[in-house]
Amino acid sequence: MTDLATYNFAYLDEQTKRMIRRAILKAIAIPGYQVPFASREMPMPYGWGTGGVQVTAAIIGPEDVLKVIDQGADDTTNAVSIRAFFQKVANVAVTTHTKDATIIQTRHRIPEQKLGAGQVLVYQVPIPEPLRFLEPRETETRKMHALEEYGLMHVKLYEDIARHGRISTTYAYPVKVAGRYVMDPSPTPKFDNPKMHMSEALQLFGAGREKRIYAVPPYTEVVSLDFEDHPFEIQKFEQPCALCGAQGVYLDEVVLDDKGGRMFVCSDTDHCEDRREHGHAGEMLAPNKEAAE
Amino acid sequence: MYVAVKGGEAAINNAHRLLADRRRGDRSLPSVTIEQIVAQLGLAVDRVMAEASLYDRSLAALAIRQSRGDLIEAIFLLRAYRTTLPRFGTSVPVDTANMKIERRVSATYKDLPGGQLLGPTFDYTHRLLDPSLLTDEAVEGPARKDTTGEHAVRVSDILAHEGLIEPDGEFAEDHQAGDLTREPMEFPMSRDLRLQALARGDEGFLLALGYSTQRGYGRNHPFVGEIRIGEVEVELEVAELGFAVSLGRIRITECQMVNQFKGSSKAPPQFTRGYGLVFGQSERKAMSMSLVDRALRAEELGEDIIAPAQDEEFVISHSDNVQATGFVEHLKLPHYVDFQAELALVRKMRSDIEAARKGDRGEMQEAAE
Ligand SMILES: [Zn+2]
Repeated sequence: MTDLATYNFAYLDEQTKRMIRRAILKAIAIPGYQVPFASREMPMPYGWGTGGVQVTAAIIGPEDVLKVIDQGADDTTNAVSIRAFFQKVANVAVTTHTKDATIIQTRHRIPEQKLGAGQVLVYQVPIPEPLRFLEPRETETRKMHALEEYGLMHVKLYEDIARHGRISTTYAYPVKVAGRYVMDPSPTPKFDNPKMHMSEALQLFGAGREKRIYAVPPYTEVVSLDFEDHPFEIQKFEQPCALCGAQGVYLDEVVLDDKGGRMFVCSDTDHCEDRREHGHAGEMLAPNKEAAE
Repeated sequence: MYVAVKGGEAAINNAHRLLADRRRGDRSLPSVTIEQIVAQLGLAVDRVMAEASLYDRSLAALAIRQSRGDLIEAIFLLRAYRTTLPRFGTSVPVDTANMKIERRVSATYKDLPGGQLLGPTFDYTHRLLDPSLLTDEAVEGPARKDTTGEHAVRVSDILAHEGLIEPDGEFAEDHQAGDLTREPMEFPMSRDLRLQALARGDEGFLLALGYSTQRGYGRNHPFVGEIRIGEVEVELEVAELGFAVSLGRIRITECQMVNQFKGSSKAPPQFTRGYGLVFGQSERKAMSMSLVDRALRAEELGEDIIAPAQDEEFVISHSDNVQATGFVEHLKLPHYVDFQAELALVRKMRSDIEAARKGDRGEMQEAAE
């Protein structure tokens, strides 16, 4: 049973990789369209990134440099686990620096630093179907996409406005890709939606359990759905990052004590570290803070 | 001062180390062997093989040991191994009419050729805890008798002889059996793929759905035509040889449910079939599977689809316990980015309402003055 431990480069056999690459090529050719693929059973649980892992395994080569993030951070346990998986089965170089990575696998965030040509962003997707919560049946939603019948989605957003005075979708906010398919950007906060638009990087989306791959090729129009009188807007934070002072970035709320004390810090840990290395300091790290008081 | 949490890697390694320790348990006790699991926890091994779709007793036992007896985890381990194996062919359909039978019961005929054989069943045991199992008392060997040589005709064949039951499912000559693990699923499914999905489906889920049909949610008037458990030969057609060669024997459980059917616009009055086939010995699973298979044929037979068990997309999309457990348990992964977005939204909406309320109160005050 010792041969149990020998696996192909990047775990998947070459035939499977070719099958996935064909699905990826089709996805790139039809931006935003969900391509069914014969998702394999992976050695990590469904819902924990099996789709992203398969996409990464199909495109990664020995020369690639891989970055894996979850919630924007490189050291969340599942990101650590996936990174360790590729180090083990593909022996590739890994990095936490966004700019050094050729492939970035992510769950729930897009890095703050603008991605460049040649980089690939691989999203882990739990539910690829943007219409799923309006219509649970695959047979129906496929028809709706084919007929470009997206009225239901606008009705949902409109009902939000009628009830709450605003669109109350804060993440997995639906987008229209290249003027045709409505697409789920995966559960990233809507804050990240504008980064998808005309991105220089290739964006690939893998949903393992649901067996779907879709893509946004570089320089593709990605528009968040909205209404003329209720234009799409992203979250704004009232304060900068407490560690690096960054503004206009997505922040995590950190609870400091049980008396309501809290602080806000960059969700993108690499971005935050990089800024601090370049001499930026937030309130919490401001030089001579105590002396000044 | 706040320091960003580091050390996910060390935490994971330590967790794995602790898990290994807990798995092994008290070191003063001998560790359970694979052979012991195969021999004494055979039905657990069977369930793991069935729902992992891999017939290998030792590997299933290894998975059970590694998973500390968590059978869904064991199924997952075996599936993840199975997915890496190459496919070198499709076997000839197993011939259950020629099964080496250990158990065979029919609820539709009192006696029939080949007889009724109870076999190793819990059915008529009184469920009283047995103190003799606290120690390792000697156990008698089984009683044996010579076979009569009488062919145990399948009940469905007896009924078919009279033309009372619909013919067995047929596929076109050139139909290639699908492989659920190699092709993306699409609805509606062909029956071969649907049966594959049910065969690896979660026993508990199928049990509950089968039960729901009995309680009126898609009632289909079932009779157990026959359940048989035993060994069948697995044969593979080898192109170069021009004939089928035997790969060995496997133990399976087959259930043929015979369902009363009054006829519809699509089919005449006749008995219809629900089919269940499972690796190893698992009557509960095979029976549940055949109830659900029959329920899922509603569309084909022109019945109204009114109950969950008849809804193919609902049943098949949720029957896989490895998929289900992964997605349910993924909720424990961090979601704080999205939660942050929701927090901000709820705070904003609450402050809007608060402001509106204050405004109202102010107006009322003015009106009162
Ligand atoms: Zn920062």
